[in-house]
Amino acid sequence: MDRKLRCQDSGFWGCLAAVTEVLGCIEVTGCCVIEEERRVRANAREYNEKFQYASNCIKTSKYNIVTFLPVNLFEQFQEVANTYFLFLLILQLIPQISSLSWFTTIVPLVLVLTITAVKDATDDYFRHKSDNQVNNRQSQVLIGGVLRQEQWMNVRVGDIIKLENNQFVAADLLLLSSSEPHGLCYIETAELDGETNMKVRQAIPVTAELGDTSQLACFDGEVICEPPNNKLDKFGGTLYWKDNKYPLSNQNMLLRGCVLRNTEWCFGLVIFAGPDTKLMQNSGRTKFKRTSIDRLMNTLVLWIFGFLVCMGVILAIGNAIWEHEVGVCFQIYLPWDEGVHSAFFSGFLSFWSYIIILNTVVPISLYVSVEVIRLGHSYFINWDKKMYCAKRRTPAEARTTTLNEELGQVEYIFSDKTGTLTQNIMVFSKCSVNGHSYGDVQDMLGHKAELGERPEPVDFSFNPLADPRFQFWDPSLLEAVKLGDLHVHEFFRLLSLCHTVMSEEKSEGELLYKAQSPDEGALVTAARNFGFVFRSRTPKTITVQELGQAITYQLLAILDFNNIRKRMSVIVRSPEGKIRLYCKGADTILLERLHPLNQELTSITTDHLNEYAGEGLRTLVLAYRDLEESYYKDWSERLHRAGSVPEAREDHLARLYDEVEHDMMLLGATAIEDKLQQGVPETIAILTLANIKIWVLTGDKQETAVNIGYSCKMLTDDMTEVFVVTGHTVLEVREELRKAREKMMDASRSVCNGFSYQEKLSSNLTSVLEAIAGEYALVINGHSLAHALEADMEVEFLETACACKAVICCRVTPLQKAQVVELVKKYKKAVTLAIGDGANDVSMIKTAHIGVGISGQEGIQAVLASDYSFSQFKFLQRLLLVHGRWSYLRMCKFLCYFFYKNFAFTMVHFWFGFFCGFSAQTVYDQYFITLYNIVYTSLPVLAMGVFDQDVPEQRSMEYPKLYEPGQLNLLFNKREFFICIAQGIYTSILMFFIPYGVFADATRDDGAQLADYQSFAVTVATSLVIVVSVQIGLDTGFWTAINHFFIWGSLAAYFTILFTMHSDGLFRMFPNQFRFVGNAQNTLAQPTVWLTIALTAVVCIVPVVAFRFLKLDLKPELSDTVRYTQLVRKKQKTQHRCMRHAGRAGSRRSGYAFSHQEGFGELIMSGKNMRLSSLALSSFAPRPSASWIDTLRKKKGGEGSSAGSPSGAADKTLRV
Amino acid sequence: FLVGLGQGWGCVRGLLIDYTGTEPSSPCNKCLNVSWDSTPPCTCTINFTLEHAFESNVFMYYGLSNFYQNHRRYVKSRDDSQLNGDNSSLLNPSKECEPYRTNEDKPIAPCGAIANSMFNDTLELYRIDNDTRTPITLIKKGIAWWTDKNVKFRNPTGDGNNLTALFQGTTKPVNWPKPVYMLDSEPDNNGFINEDFIVWMRTAALPTFRKLYRLIERKNNFQPTLQAGKYSLDIAYNYPVHSFDGRKRMILSTISWMGGKNPFLGIAYITVGSICFFLGVVLLFIHHKYGNRNTSADIPN
Repeated sequence: MDRKLRCQDSGFWGCLAAVTEVLGCIEVTGCCVIEEERRVRANAREYNEKFQYASNCIKTSKYNIVTFLPVNLFEQFQEVANTYFLFLLILQLIPQISSLSWFTTIVPLVLVLTITAVKDATDDYFRHKSDNQVNNRQSQVLIGGVLRQEQWMNVRVGDIIKLENNQFVAADLLLLSSSEPHGLCYIETAELDGETNMKVRQAIPVTAELGDTSQLACFDGEVICEPPNNKLDKFGGTLYWKDNKYPLSNQNMLLRGCVLRNTEWCFGLVIFAGPDTKLMQNSGRTKFKRTSIDRLMNTLVLWIFGFLVCMGVILAIGNAIWEHEVGVCFQIYLPWDEGVHSAFFSGFLSFWSYIIILNTVVPISLYVSVEVIRLGHSYFINWDKKMYCAKRRTPAEARTTTLNEELGQVEYIFSDKTGTLTQNIMVFSKCSVNGHSYGDVQDMLGHKAELGERPEPVDFSFNPLADPRFQFWDPSLLEAVKLGDLHVHEFFRLLSLCHTVMSEEKSEGELLYKAQSPDEGALVTAARNFGFVFRSRTPKTITVQELGQAITYQLLAILDFNNIRKRMSVIVRSPEGKIRLYCKGADTILLERLHPLNQELTSITTDHLNEYAGEGLRTLVLAYRDLEESYYKDWSERLHRAGSVPEAREDHLARLYDEVEHDMMLLGATAIEDKLQQGVPETIAILTLANIKIWVLTGDKQETAVNIGYSCKMLTDDMTEVFVVTGHTVLEVREELRKAREKMMDASRSVCNGFSYQEKLSSNLTSVLEAIAGEYALVINGHSLAHALEADMEVEFLETACACKAVICCRVTPLQKAQVVELVKKYKKAVTLAIGDGANDVSMIKTAHIGVGISGQEGIQAVLASDYSFSQFKFLQRLLLVHGRWSYLRMCKFLCYFFYKNFAFTMVHFWFGFFCGFSAQTVYDQYFITLYNIVYTSLPVLAMGVFDQDVPEQRSMEYPKLYEPGQLNLLFNKREFFICIAQGIYTSILMFFIPYGVFADATRDDGAQLADYQSFAVTVATSLVIVVSVQIGLDTGFWTAINHFFIWGSLAAYFTILFTMHSDGLFRMFPNQFRFVGNAQNTLAQPTVWLTIALTAVVCIVPVVAFRFLKLDLKPELSDTVRYTQLVRKKQKTQHRCMRHAGRAGSRRSGYAFSHQEGFGELIMSGKNMRLSSLALSSFAPRPSASWIDTLRKKKGGEGSSAGSPSGAADKTLRV
Repeated sequence: FLVGLGQGWGCVRGLLIDYTGTEPSSPCNKCLNVSWDSTPPCTCTINFTLEHAFESNVFMYYGLSNFYQNHRRYVKSRDDSQLNGDNSSLLNPSKECEPYRTNEDKPIAPCGAIANSMFNDTLELYRIDNDTRTPITLIKKGIAWWTDKNVKFRNPTGDGNNLTALFQGTTKPVNWPKPVYMLDSEPDNNGFINEDFIVWMRTAALPTFRKLYRLIERKNNFQPTLQAGKYSLDIAYNYPVHSFDGRKRMILSTISWMGGKNPFLGIAYITVGSICFFLGVVLLFIHHKYGNRNTSADIPN
């Protein structure tokens, strides 16, 4: 309706604009002025329109209906090859030059352009579709005081929109108010930075009160803030409202891509929309990716072009000389063309004529064929059942069809962690209580069971409050609980009390935990299932259902977690009045704080911890301490005093906490499994064997990342050393990198000394580092990485990192991920692959040569930006080792053969030039020239390019070393190219001179001469087609019915077309076009002709066969050996290589609740985050503490790498 | 098979006479600088002796060398539509025929450089037996491909069979002494379907070539076609080749099932055959010595 009106108002152009708006976005580009600051007034569209801010419409597509043809053609003619053919076409239209009919070029050219255009159009259509899908998501916009459903793309800067729980944030919003008290709201930023733990945002106090739509509709504050940028953790601006100024920070912002969680609703003011949002600013430009083969191909095409010009020049000089010496005299029979008065000019013309007839060395069908092959390979990936995830019903998808062969050349993989390597599910896996370890999967006889033969999980039906999703495999633990083992009871009591989880009970028994970190959730859920159900909490109490009996503990204090303490404690008073401190934390810290009495138990528990760590589990140690009433009173008083002193409050508190967490009694340890995706360690092991280096780039913490590194076998204890770089300044980082390098060099020097490698050491840094003997790993932190990526240090960093077997970068921002990839791309001539699942991986995925998106997880941004997508990390192995390797192999074989056949075809003209007065007379019939590349020889080589394989897929997984030729680029490089060319030229020489020798004086069996031009043409063409077909037969390693069909079909097509073209009927219709009438039947009936063809074929093929035979015998490739072994072993049972699942006697790694954030303890104690309903139940008055939110902020500010605006001032208003 | 090949060409006899006349001693030396329109034609006679009799049918060729019938501009300088009897092309020949498309504003039939340069020496063969010259019958029909004679080349059609009338409005090629409809007296060998003309129009692939000129048929089984002895070749020397260093030859040859004498193919087959055999032996040896190496080779991992 609205749109219709606009149409009527503004006439045709308005209509057109409206129409294009429906089709896609209108681009509003304020191109002239660079935005310096942004002014946004709430609820004032007219005012905001002045500034022409980008709308919330996202456009990743390239064309629309109107622009498609010109833009696409323009793009296609940027391709050197296409321009070149256009140029040829123009040349052919000049009669003096034209040595071939115009259709020999235009038919293939039009074919090529059309196919490419259709492909581009379909690609873009899907991009439009996905854009539309995002742009048409609904959101509620406050317009004129009423909430209206609007599409995302119609959201404007300055609108107030309402978000509901679990909705995606539509644009970058300034949080105004929310359903939660104090304008708090929780968001998940997985799409932005990959972290799945919840984060808190808070509205500034003045707007937090604007609860309903009528109040918000009157809100007319104006925000002046920074221009759009890509800094996710920084925002600076000021809100002007009612003559007051309020500073704004990142703490008040909801960014596009976040998801609202645990918050019923909230209102936000749109500050940045569409392409200006931080998410989109972070996603980088869409760049057209080319493979290295593509680039090589372009170089080679240029070389061939150079070669072509050389040949043209030689023949032109020949022509000039010939015309000068012979042609002049021959003028009585063949006068020069009109306008040609000198031999020199004739030579000049013949140069261009030869360029035309020799152009088939760079056949236009090359590019089409390459595209077709790639498309075929893409479909193989799409159709691969072994890459289909039945659970998620997602097949693998090759979203870009142009990169397949590069999959066979990958040297570096950059992987995200969360969602890619891990499932982001924490599972309570094992525990050790009082020196007894529980959780091993056991069979009837009590032996540890192997994987795969799991017995029934433990039955928790006795407990009505149990979480049905929780599974545990060791029944003895539940028995211990039921038998009333006090240690076990105390163990689970601790787990149910010592945490910062919030519970929600929608209906009786239907408990929902809001855990701030998944680790903690797993622990509390475990306790819940074993009968210690955490039911509810108030700021001063915790209610736990202990084996069916509700017990309310008085919560005296939460000694919160932080990075240095690596532990948290609670102090509770039981209903009996006993005061007890429960503590859980990192083993390294906690074991030192135990009472000496525990020594024996400690050593047993330590053994267990080692065992758990060896399995890659995250461990925590649990302990308790009974406190004397008097001692506690004294302590809590001191705590209260310390809390009220503003300066050095932190230190005082830390000291007090330290004091009380002492002399504790050990209860046991827990082991949580950060569930890896299926088959991750195996995949990584195989990829490592294939000489692919894997770097993990994650937004997670260092401990988490390292832990995952161990559990997926990237890091092992066999490694000589793991270097950790955590420096905060340039100097520190440089020093740490230098030390790491020195250590590696020392080690290799000591190794090398024995082998007199000394001279190698004196050469440059790179070669030394590449000759490193031991296995090293590098772990680097985000802030160190920021320094390491600076221009003067990046090379150092790269050298160090590349010398290591595994590299883990933690706490990295999306942009840093991209920078790391860019760095490797820049200095290493290696193919990089980035794999990730979240929006935070988008820039990395786009930067890498190949981007892989994990689909089926939340969010599709990564998939949309990716070149390939599938749902499991383990499929990467198949994608690279099978599909990638084959694609590469096929493409290389295809290119070799393609250049060969065209050189063999074209160079005949060159030799003929010497016998026809360099007149650019073609050897073949013009139809043969037109059809040779598109009909006679295209399909067999396509079939080979699509279907060929050297070893079957199982073998390429079994022998990852088979992947190496791709990385080293052995199968198609300049050397191989020259070999193909040489073979082509050799063939062309024989192809011309054998018929020449035979025909010179030969006559037919009816006495007529044999060596007429047309018979010669047919003989050469036929032997060429036969030789080239035999050659493709030799090259094909894997015969399918299609290969047979195409090869025999091509030969059949050749003869059919030959006889048709030379038939009477066609000649009668167009006598001037089909001059070869009767030629085929006359020539091919001659035995001499067939003898010649046979001779040519034998002489062309025998050397190739002999050479290959020799190579197979004397210097077999790995793939040859594998193939041979396979033949031998065919009847033997194939041996499966099982990956070792054996545990590792591991070093201990532990950390407390890894993705935990400090400040929640205080938040709980203050009761601010609790609903009024739950507060009402509480008999305790909320303690007046206004500083908790400050603490929360400060912690966040300190954690981020950049210092934001002084956020402490957020709730102080400044009078203007 | 090789023996078969050898036999194939073993009984092929041939004789080649160069009558260009560049050497001053040659009888044709006087005609060296003839031009197209010299009347009466310069004639010369060359005597030769056949050492062996030619048993089977004998084919008589003329050969030219250094003559670029395969030059691009030459090859395309024809109008197949006109030669196929198309009336509109007859009067309006293709542009490809330039500069032999029209003469004095009249279309040339047949147009183009190929037709214009048609070989027009006349060769006659006599057997000299005790100073008597017996002419040998030279058959001028059956020297062109059947498809050329019957499909590709056709005279213009119209009322009546009078070629002169059918070619009305056209003019003869510049170099020709007489128009195309006066090439021969027999109607089925005149005009565009004159076989000498057709043979000429089938351009050669290489600058040295031979074209079939006449057939000499064996008359009966008791007498060879050409007995050993003395012969003379009478030449009406019309075709100038000296200006571009061309050579003209007359060739007499018999043929086998494989065609004429072809030493190249035989030698090539023998050579390639022996190389292949030798190579096979060497490869077999190498395979036995080294080939087993990789049967037990363990694959590195």
